Amino acid sequence: MSTTSTSSLHCTFRVAGLDFGVAVEDVQEVLRHQEMTPVPRSPEAVRGLINLRGQIVIALDLRLRLGLPARAADERPMNVIVRNRGEVVSLLVDDIGDVIDTSEHRLEPVPSTVPLTIQGAVRGVLSLPDSILLVLDPDRAVDVPTAPDATGGTP
Amino acid sequence: MDDDAEIIAEFLVESHENLDQLDRDLVALEQDPGSRDLLSSIFRTIHTIKGTSGFLALGRLEQLTHVGENLLSKLRDGEMLLTRELTGTLLVMVDAVRALLAVIEETGGDADTTVDIVSVMDALTAAMEAPAEPAQAPASAAPAQVAAPVAPIEPAVLTEPAQSDAPAVPVQPTAPANETPDDEPRRGVADSSVRVDVDLLDDLVQLVGELVLTRNQILQRTEGREDVELLRAAQRLDLVASELQEGIMATRMQPIGQVWSKMPRIVRDLANQLGREVDLDMQGHDTELDRSLLEALRDPLTHLVRNALDHGIQTPAERIAQGKPAKGNLHLKASHESGQVVVEISDDGRGIDPVKIAEAAVRRGVITHEAAARMDPREIVNLVFHAGFSTAEAVTNVSGRGVGMDVVRTNIERIGGTVDITTRKGEGTTVRVRIPLTLAIIPALIVAQADERYAIPQANLVELVKIEGEALTRDIEHLAGAPVLRLRGHLLPLVSLGVVLGEEQAQSDALTVIVVQADDIRFGLCVDDVHDTQEIVVKPIGRQLKSLGMYAGATIMGDGRVSLILDVPGLARDRNLTAVPTAVVATQTATDDTTALLVMEISSGRRAAVPIVEVSRLEEFDAAQVEPSGLEEVVQYRDGILPLIRLASTIGLPETPGEPSRLNVVVHEFGDPASPHRVGIVIDRVLDVVETTVTRSDVGRRPGVFGSAVVQERVTDLVDLSAVINRIGVGA
Repeated sequence: MSTTSTSSLHCTFRVAGLDFGVAVEDVQEVLRHQEMTPVPRSPEAVRGLINLRGQIVIALDLRLRLGLPARAADERPMNVIVRNRGEVVSLLVDDIGDVIDTSEHRLEPVPSTVPLTIQGAVRGVLSLPDSILLVLDPDRAVDVPTAPDATGGTP
Repeated sequence: MDDDAEIIAEFLVESHENLDQLDRDLVALEQDPGSRDLLSSIFRTIHTIKGTSGFLALGRLEQLTHVGENLLSKLRDGEMLLTRELTGTLLVMVDAVRALLAVIEETGGDADTTVDIVSVMDALTAAMEAPAEPAQAPASAAPAQVAAPVAPIEPAVLTEPAQSDAPAVPVQPTAPANETPDDEPRRGVADSSVRVDVDLLDDLVQLVGELVLTRNQILQRTEGREDVELLRAAQRLDLVASELQEGIMATRMQPIGQVWSKMPRIVRDLANQLGREVDLDMQGHDTELDRSLLEALRDPLTHLVRNALDHGIQTPAERIAQGKPAKGNLHLKASHESGQVVVEISDDGRGIDPVKIAEAAVRRGVITHEAAARMDPREIVNLVFHAGFSTAEAVTNVSGRGVGMDVVRTNIERIGGTVDITTRKGEGTTVRVRIPLTLAIIPALIVAQADERYAIPQANLVELVKIEGEALTRDIEHLAGAPVLRLRGHLLPLVSLGVVLGEEQAQSDALTVIVVQADDIRFGLCVDDVHDTQEIVVKPIGRQLKSLGMYAGATIMGDGRVSLILDVPGLARDRNLTAVPTAVVATQTATDDTTALLVMEISSGRRAAVPIVEVSRLEEFDAAQVEPSGLEEVVQYRDGILPLIRLASTIGLPETPGEPSRLNVVVHEFGDPASPHRVGIVIDRVLDVVETTVTRSDVGRRPGVFGSAVVQERVTDLVDLSAVINRIGVGA
């Protein structure tokens, strides 16, 4: 048995050229691009609200959440719907990969050269034969740092 | 008295449940006589019933359970071992308790001697005194076998203990209970109510919310279709969904008595602590509201009650010195009023002194001297709701920390309610809390801004105003860059929704203003467009957006898109409007002589006008609602009767031929503002509201008409309302 509580099955996806994984238990479903209602003056990473079969779900852009460059306007993100502390949040990613079994790999600490914005949302890395998988910590990934309101305030 | 009945009803439901459990436990205990868990549970049950019955002065029930409890405590402590006979005796006791409960339900007390408790108590006592040890072997060994060992004690008690599922058999006491007098199959308390998991109810509300949304969607899609079957099905769906929604909402309704049941104790303790004497009087226990609201209301109400004792009601000595009875009165009243629940907390204490409040407010920098001077006493009193405001001379552990009223108001606003204070120095204070009936589904106005729609809760709406053309430059002024609207002689601060949402300020040739109100703040919200009013299902938005105060939640529209619900108090805070009390806003623009007029059409296209200040409301009635009363025509209106006056014929003009199916009525109030007289003036239609300088001419002067003036380039009769009323003799 692994020393961490991480599952050995990970759902993988790509964000700005990086490979990420999140334990399958945390993933409710994966959806194509959904229509979104923007939330004016919300933190930048909140891209909008999605109607998920009657439930209202916040869509967080992982690129912006992790401090990575924004997606080109014509690229449509995919939704990885994660369930966390009773809340359901959609993480917007570039592309969906396979579900992989990582039981043979050990979770290693995130190399300290990785930007802090990413370190803060990641549990560790798995060194796979052909790539390095950053394992997301959904607890922290779905939180948005409440930056001071950048727009619309009274001067 | 009502109170007691309610407590007893609760006690009955609870006890019935407990007794069912007791039956099961006793039977299980027979299989496993050594189980301490079971014995403790049985003991607790009887102990609870005993305790409550003592409290409710149900003497016979208390006696019976007391003896039972003694026996059970011996069993629990291992002094005796349970035998079949003992089980039988205990079951007989349970039945006697049941019979007593039935009597209590019937008569409200347990004095009825048809239930024989004496023989049951004797049996219990006898069982306790008899040596119990010999019974232990057979009882534990073969409980399943039919052959009961010869009973060492009270053979009469157990006729057929083997039929343990039929505890009604054994002794007389149960017999009278079985043949309770009335044969009507009246459902007992325990049968007519079911305990339901709150989560399940919440889920149902969620689901019904979905259903309502889906219904809205279906209705939107079927609109204008030719398919009759489909339309009929959609209508049925509409109906069923509405009723289901009502039904589910009703299941969540709980009486406010639940909160109030705690009050006597709180008041008693506090009164002792503070050295006050207080009579607590509570009315409207059965006023129901949604359980989530009830929860949210619990703390604010408790706080208000504490305040009333701490700040309101004086010490007996003080009261006597002021010529009041030593005992203060605290009065709680809940009632339904036009779709809202109104809770009043009033005391006959010292009241609030506006002068003191104003001083304190200025001292604490809540308002300026100038602002204080302009405010009327009522507005000043409401300053106690400002954050960081407290006039308590000493900080006590009861109240006076200066956060209280602020938090009270925030909590009440959070559930869409309002709170205000009326007070008379030396006579007392009344705090009135208004709350919506339910939280989950609310009517809202849908507006458009940029490409999105937003919902504004109906509860915050005052009116809609459209300003175009020259009115745009005439009525809107900029005070140090802040736009204000002159509206019927008042200045209304304007807030652009676009700007609040972070857009660039745009110029346009027309302005749609939604006048909204959140407590003492009223402002105009400028939006791109107004859609319609809809029932929306309020859904939470994630904690990631919690810091955005201007949203109250989100909802799903008929087309499946998500829309944000605007939080009007939040918008006001966002724009720093909190510090602007209405007094400043409401300052009369007395500098020019314009009058706001309501221009009406009567008598086949003639124009007439009244000052808008004379108009309290515009109403529309169905012609069928009009009833004759003597020589007058009246309609039922707001729990009263509204006499109608046909304006045209009263001022000597012919009525427009033909009887319309709807009557347009201007409601005019006069007399004492506290309980005004009302009349309804029937007109053809409202043409406009204009603000203009009136140059009156005596042309057309006649009874009921001051004269005429040119309004919007047309000659218009200026109606003399008091003369009109006098001519008819209404309310005189």
